Amino acid sequence: MVGASALVLLSLANACDREQRRFRENPPSTSPSNVRVSALQPGTMVDTAHVAGPYDNNAWAVTEGQRLFGWYNCSGCHANGGGGMGPPLMDDKWIYGSSPENIYNTIVQGRPNGMPSFAGKIPTQQIWMLVAYVRSLSALNTTGARSSRQDHMMMYPGSTSLQDPAKPVQSFKPPASEMP
Amino acid sequence: MARCGTEAGGHHVHTLTSVNRMRHLVVLGALAFAASCTREGKPEPPREAAAAVLPASNAPRATATVDAEDGQWAMPMKSYSGIRYSQLTEITPANAKNLQPAWTFSTSVMRGHEEPPIIANNTMYVLTPYPNILYALDLTLPGAPKKWQYEPKPQSEAQGVACCDVVNRGPSFADGKIVFNTLDDHVVAVDANTGKEVWKTKVGDINIGETMTMAPLVVKGKVLVGNSGGELGVRGWLKALDLASGKLLWTAYSTGPDSDVKIGSRFKAYYPKDRGKDLGETTWQGEQWKIGGGNVWGWLTYDPQTNLVYYGSANPGPWNPAQRPGDNKWTSTLFARDPDTGEAVWAYQLSPHDLHDYDGVNESVLLDVPWKGQTRKALIHPDRNGYIYLMDRMTGEILSAEPFGFITTSRRVNIANGSLEMVPDKKPEVGKVVRMVCPASPGTKDWQPSSFSPRTGLLYIPHQNLCEDEEGVEANYIAGTPYVGMNVRMYAGPGGHRGELTAWDPIAGRPAWKLTEKFPVWSGTLVTASDVVFYGTMDGWFKAVDARSGTLLWRYKLGSGIIGQPVTYRGPDGKQYVAVMSGVGGWAGAIVAGDLDPQDSTAALGFAAAMKDLPNATQKGGTLYVFALP
Repeated sequence: MVGASALVLLSLANACDREQRRFRENPPSTSPSNVRVSALQPGTMVDTAHVAGPYDNNAWAVTEGQRLFGWYNCSGCHANGGGGMGPPLMDDKWIYGSSPENIYNTIVQGRPNGMPSFAGKIPTQQIWMLVAYVRSLSALNTTGARSSRQDHMMMYPGSTSLQDPAKPVQSFKPPASEMP
Repeated sequence: MARCGTEAGGHHVHTLTSVNRMRHLVVLGALAFAASCTREGKPEPPREAAAAVLPASNAPRATATVDAEDGQWAMPMKSYSGIRYSQLTEITPANAKNLQPAWTFSTSVMRGHEEPPIIANNTMYVLTPYPNILYALDLTLPGAPKKWQYEPKPQSEAQGVACCDVVNRGPSFADGKIVFNTLDDHVVAVDANTGKEVWKTKVGDINIGETMTMAPLVVKGKVLVGNSGGELGVRGWLKALDLASGKLLWTAYSTGPDSDVKIGSRFKAYYPKDRGKDLGETTWQGEQWKIGGGNVWGWLTYDPQTNLVYYGSANPGPWNPAQRPGDNKWTSTLFARDPDTGEAVWAYQLSPHDLHDYDGVNESVLLDVPWKGQTRKALIHPDRNGYIYLMDRMTGEILSAEPFGFITTSRRVNIANGSLEMVPDKKPEVGKVVRMVCPASPGTKDWQPSSFSPRTGLLYIPHQNLCEDEEGVEANYIAGTPYVGMNVRMYAGPGGHRGELTAWDPIAGRPAWKLTEKFPVWSGTLVTASDVVFYGTMDGWFKAVDARSGTLLWRYKLGSGIIGQPVTYRGPDGKQYVAVMSGVGGWAGAIVAGDLDPQDSTAALGFAAAMKDLPNATQKGGTLYVFALP
């Protein structure tokens, strides 16, 4: 019983974090350093301090990240997470790592096989919002901060859209039946 | 608690398992919703290809100029007329069932192999997709061992600005050189004997989103090349380079003032809609023509008699039409140009103010057609917009324009004034999802080239049967990034199959026969003088069918899906060989080549949604296969 109450309290705390819109704060300004994209280290393993994504669990920031994802044309290459010119971001394969600091660095530094470097092009705070959104695509943010409601065409099986009420797949009616 | 509650009932818990569970609930709800929905008005009746009828054996038929057979395959189309027709007759409908692999060769590249192998002087040249490695194989020795390989080492970043896989549509052999384009915008000439680079000329810039994927056409000592990038706001052009030196001779843009488009005193458009001064500038707002697309990434054909080169320009950018009012000339346009000077002699805009990414880049195959008592020098152009245009290639007059697939986006092509009559309901808009847009953005047919047999008079068209839903979204122009502005998801058209092979009778304006395939037929076709047609499927079947009936003669399963261009040649041993690349990819196969996730129905500009089952049907990886009779 005590355990259950603690769980409820914990989830409430998380939910509040999810809903919080932080108007006044010092935006995360420092870049993560000493980030590894390989798990292999020669010699003795040295633990690397992980950077927590500052917006990972915040719904407003994740939604902002989604807007920015379109605005900076990320969606042009990665589609709405399924990929195209660039790799998908909603699956569980990560070429350059899935941690917040890995994704941050990928956006800033670019990657040699086609990912452009956005260094100096996007403010740090917005990059962290993009990081939060990208991680939400494969449910890496534990609280599920991403809204399942979209303003656009319904793209994901689990989403709803006011624009585009879902219809069953393969519901195609032969056009002949519609012809006079 | 109320303050912290979620806006839609508080069930937004997105662990992966609960998402799966929720999916069922949402789908159930959606089903109920869809069932209660009523249609808004009656849709306009669609256009469809006429029913297939075999032409009578004594019916007049189209013909084409056929060069003397040299047993080689020196350019991707084999001949300037673009007919992809071989006069080799050892393989026949009777013995094709005995075909067997002669040898194979791995390219070591995992992306889509759209290119044909090229055969000249007993050597086979195999060019890979990025990183564009050129291999020379010695056909005189058993197993065709490698003579040399040439690596242009393109910038790896170019992969990030290639819209639809990092393909290449082939090299060309001319004057002892192999000429080809690299993904990072270099044109390269390599000594065909030694593999040494003769020249390498940079003609574009990946930083503005430019890439090159097309096969050059070499005409009268000039290498004609064009750029890709219609999904990245790249201005289209055709350039001529000197075959001997690689020096740039002229550039003809697809957009901009007449001086840039090389429209001058010799230009005469057949239809009034294509006449006027500086239309490449005035049919746009402001300076949008500078980032307006019209790229030249498809096929060029050449008529030595009229000394004209024929090709089409690609879609306007961005896809979202609300952001580019006007006709957007000269995108989605057929051009006839003098290769010596680059001057345009005529132009016809196929899809003015294109709404659905209907590029005009498909091949224009040069035919001679008996037409109303005369023989017309014609071209036949199966376009993305769903119509097959039969045109007088001297003037640009349309003789006929018949649908060869299922069309809901337009009513017809009015051949009196050349206009494509659009269906207003199918116009994509921002913030609105338009359904049943047919053909889908890859068109009734994309780049995959047709072949033509003067014996049967039929054009063998590989194509697709896809429709889509579209929603316009605002596109931002950021140089070197995509400039599209459209959410798209595709699905199979009527009948549920996604691919077709149509044997088209140009004179009757209808199919002689038609085959359906599960997946889009994204390979080219080849036809021989013994009436055998070869093509491949995206699930890896290489097929031979009877050119007169479509009857399947033989098939063989290759290691990966086929999107290449089959060729045939006579080996040093005098035998007839048939060769094709296996290696799935391209826009249609991006879901496999790029490991895309079809949970997002807009992946690969919406193509992945229609190809969800391809990853179960084939794997990636490039291999050349060569077949012969035992």
